[in-house]
Amino acid sequence: MIGMAISFALFLFAAAMLLAAWRLLQGPDILDRVLALDTLYTNAIAVVILLGLKFATQLYFDAALLMAMLGFIGTVVTARFVGRGDVIDHD
Amino acid sequence: MTAAELPRWLEILISALLIFGGLTAVLGALGLVRFKSFFTRLHAPTKTSTLGVGGVLLGSMVYLNWISDMAVIHQVLIAVFVFMTAPISAHQMAKAMLDANPEMRPPLPESGQADSSRLGSTNVTAAHTGQDHDQIGPPAQRPAHD
Repeated sequence: MIGMAISFALFLFAAAMLLAAWRLLQGPDILDRVLALDTLYTNAIAVVILLGLKFATQLYFDAALLMAMLGFIGTVVTARFVGRGDVIDHD
Repeated sequence: MTAAELPRWLEILISALLIFGGLTAVLGALGLVRFKSFFTRLHAPTKTSTLGVGGVLLGSMVYLNWISDMAVIHQVLIAVFVFMTAPISAHQMAKAMLDANPEMRPPLPESGQADSSRLGSTNVTAAHTGQDHDQIGPPAQRPAHD
């Protein structure tokens, strides 16, 4: 039953990632694409955790932690670069 | 790591948590696709994807801690990190949109009258009309010109 639930949750997350990828290709603004990439990152964390449950290995959770950190840093840096043209304040 | 020794109610609980997370993520992605302006699109997935990942993490945390004999804390770390950083990145995106397009910023409310009458504080009215700043409590009469 848990195996079926994991497969169904993987299907749902794949559908969510497809919708976010549509917005990533379509988005009228750059920040729409940044937002779609952030959503893709957050959903990919859940997908990696579900795959770690499915394949019964502990190794995937470290990958999920790394993806959480890198996704946050990438989103913040890209948003700041788009917003003010500079990432770090030089004042 | 087989699911054979799990009790029935725990299987149902873990499955419900995983599927709840998936449904919430689909809801947020639908909002990301369907909404019209950027700020509503920003509103939809930043909340719901956090909740979806939280549901999946909670389910896997319950499952692995029941299965294995030692405590698994990776999920706690990931959950804390995601719950801390998702509002920050959403705030950065909203600020970047307002910095790039200053005409999208909503206008400021008119100073003085509306705020002081709503909040019931005398400081704004006193500073505005040049009355005594040490006065506490409602002003004796409201100035007529504003």
